[in-house]
Amino acid sequence: MRALLEVEDLRVEFGTRHGVVEALKGVSLAVGAGETLGIVGESGSGKSVTAFCVMRLLDRAGRISGGRIRFRGEDITRAGRRVLAPLRGAAMSMIFQNPRAALNPIRPVGAQIADVIRAHEAVSAREARERALALLEAVRIREPARRLEAYPHELSGGMCQRVMIAMAIACEPSLLIADEPTTGLDVTTQRAVMELLAETTARRGMAMVLITHDLGLAAQYCGRIAVMEQGRVVEEAVPDRLFGAPRHAYTRRLVAASPRRDSTVAGLVGEREPETVTSSGRRLLEVAGLRKEFGGAAAVEGVSFHLDAGESLGLVGESGSGKSTISRLVCRLLDPTAGSIRFEGEEIGAISAGRFHRSPWRKDIQLVFQDHGESLNPRFSAFDCIADPLRRLLGMREGAVLRTRVEECAARVGLPRELLGRFPHQLSGGQKARVGIARAIAPGPRLLVLDEPTAALDVSVQAVVLHLLDRLRREEGLAYLFVSHDLNVVRMMCERTIVLQAGRVVEEGRSEALFAAPKAGYTRELLAAIPHFEPEPEAVLE
Amino acid sequence: MRGVAGRAGRRFVSSLPALFGVLVFTFLLMRVLPGDPAVFFASGPNAGQAEIEDIRRRMGLDKPVPEQLLLYLRDIGTGNLGRSMTTGQPVLNDLRNRLPASLELTFCALLIALVLAVPLGILAALRPGSVVDHAVRLLCTLGVCVPTFVSGLLLIYVLYYLLGIAPDPTGRIDIFASQPPEVTGFLLVDAALAGDGEAWWAAARQLVLPACTMALFVLAPLARMTRASMLAVLTSDFIRTGEALGLSRRRVILVYALRNALLPVITIMGIVFSTMLGANVLVEKVFSWPGVASYALDALLSSDYAPVQGFVLLMASIFVLVNLVVDLLYGIADPRVSIG
Repeated sequence: MRALLEVEDLRVEFGTRHGVVEALKGVSLAVGAGETLGIVGESGSGKSVTAFCVMRLLDRAGRISGGRIRFRGEDITRAGRRVLAPLRGAAMSMIFQNPRAALNPIRPVGAQIADVIRAHEAVSAREARERALALLEAVRIREPARRLEAYPHELSGGMCQRVMIAMAIACEPSLLIADEPTTGLDVTTQRAVMELLAETTARRGMAMVLITHDLGLAAQYCGRIAVMEQGRVVEEAVPDRLFGAPRHAYTRRLVAASPRRDSTVAGLVGEREPETVTSSGRRLLEVAGLRKEFGGAAAVEGVSFHLDAGESLGLVGESGSGKSTISRLVCRLLDPTAGSIRFEGEEIGAISAGRFHRSPWRKDIQLVFQDHGESLNPRFSAFDCIADPLRRLLGMREGAVLRTRVEECAARVGLPRELLGRFPHQLSGGQKARVGIARAIAPGPRLLVLDEPTAALDVSVQAVVLHLLDRLRREEGLAYLFVSHDLNVVRMMCERTIVLQAGRVVEEGRSEALFAAPKAGYTRELLAAIPHFEPEPEAVLE
Repeated sequence: MRGVAGRAGRRFVSSLPALFGVLVFTFLLMRVLPGDPAVFFASGPNAGQAEIEDIRRRMGLDKPVPEQLLLYLRDIGTGNLGRSMTTGQPVLNDLRNRLPASLELTFCALLIALVLAVPLGILAALRPGSVVDHAVRLLCTLGVCVPTFVSGLLLIYVLYYLLGIAPDPTGRIDIFASQPPEVTGFLLVDAALAGDGEAWWAAARQLVLPACTMALFVLAPLARMTRASMLAVLTSDFIRTGEALGLSRRRVILVYALRNALLPVITIMGIVFSTMLGANVLVEKVFSWPGVASYALDALLSSDYAPVQGFVLLMASIFVLVNLVVDLLYGIADPRVSIG
């Protein structure tokens, strides 16, 4: 059988300021009609570049320097616009990460779907509109007639991705490339979108290439998976074989670093389990009846919890659950509408957020942010980033004391001393994360609020950063308030977990107990929605 | 739509204090500028002290400044902008007669500038670093660097003196052509309304040179803004989506990219328009255009308080108005704005 899409020894170069960089070093892949191929790998592995090559969407700097792409037997490696335009959208289409940005912000979604139809078929505007309506129904958007006139900003991320899928399947292509289609969406939304994709492609007999960093997702929805590393396909197999008995060292590392239902922080980096810390039992933080309104609507409602010194508490929930709002309230970056926040018995909720930086508690409560790149001042070297809180909060001035302290902090987070002079853009993602953590621990806090600290990192880097955070907590006796949408990460990192939904606490308990036997229906739903690649998982969930 | 109107309303109310500030500021500025209007308007260099004092009293200049300000504000409140000492006419009438000339010129110049700048900006953005891009950059730089009186004179020299294509560059209409009956004050509109093709042509011919001169000057901000925002939009995700789903190049560029790229250009357009209306006094001077800016300049040189104050008030009001229009346009063009 001739494959629908064949990629043979594909090589791609990018011209950058530092010379030519080879992004793909001989990639070969084949997708049969109706087949689902997963491409997994970390950032920089070339998985998206491969997809963009197939669609010929590489930006100006990229150049195909060798190899061949054949679609339905036809060589399209160097095809011009005239050949490609009828193919794109009609024979092969693509959906992207960040669906809201992928849609035209100032054009109603119905018109955008109609645009695709009319680009390939000579139909009247009215007919295109009717078909757009039918497509919105097909991707299960509620009230499709009303949504035709909606703009992307009026729709949720999940709905935008459904619209994107509607556009991609509008002209019945035989190949759909999905590039991280659910990254950034909530787990339950992710599940709904993926199920829709799987069902749609199966019903229409479409082949799908699913590009993802999430091994679980690939395992669940793909018939075959290719693992990419640094511009090469290192291993390709059916999921059971790939995850059951990975052959290539990189696959093994990747599998080991991905959090599973039973993994531990130490296990991710291949170390032995440390002893469990016993909580001191000394109350550090006490939150009672917390409420926060934005424009009259309550984002957080009646939330109470406590945290002991040296303890780690996880806050999980989907977007809009109020977990980030709570973390900002506790950090005193936002003022609560009602309720009390007591730190070591002192009411700190009454100090307004604008003045909190002058209070003596500021150095005790520090933050680690999600986006380590954006949260560092681009004009500050790593040294200045870490020194800044020391200067401002502890009043340390230039000199040997400051330098020693900064170097000591860098050493504690495993940041090599020679990197201290570098600026954020000269550091890798993992290194930036380390700078962010070093900055947070520099003034010697007792409570660290971590807002999705590893959400933007690759799994292997995430494993290392989680391990670092866990070690820091044990060594320094820090208390963590750990905010995450990733339930596996929270289970590993936290002794207790709070599940939030729509600003209220749904369930609270010790992590092992909560994850092993969730009581609330919502928690069960969340847990069931996590894609997994380990064998025989269903029994636990059903 | 109601959200947009509400926003415009709020904008208008919040700009009232600024308008008041402009009023007071110009009033005070005129008082501290050197030059005594009474001396200037006295019958001659040998006018006696008594005559000057008399003029002073008639102009209300003998009263203390705060009182003068209050009187001035009261007059404004009743719609009285004072009387020009140079023309002898009420300032309101003068402005009313001259504003259409300035507006007609500015509108045409803006139209020419947009018709040139937007395609040039798009071309430059589609091929950044190419010959086209550099040519557009050169043209824009020239447009900004060369003062309007130089480019205006150059155009007159080449097109009127050397080639003889352009008409005599004085005034709004050929002196031998018949003026169309005044309805709006815009000659092009009036001539069209009267169905007088000859007058329309005569007015249009007069308009081309000054309008081009003005357009050349504002070409740069418009073209550069179009280029920059077009470049940014062209790399955005939804353009990639359009490409990936096989939309035609034309549709991607004109419907998807350009409409998004024009949003910031709308804002710049408002600023450019207000600037052109008031600041291009040199163009009006070079082409003997009977507009408000040259009127205000003449008044300023002769220390004629009322017309200058009236002019500044007019400009500030137009500025507020233009901002409102830009706000409304933006609200219509960008559905995301109407949330707030």
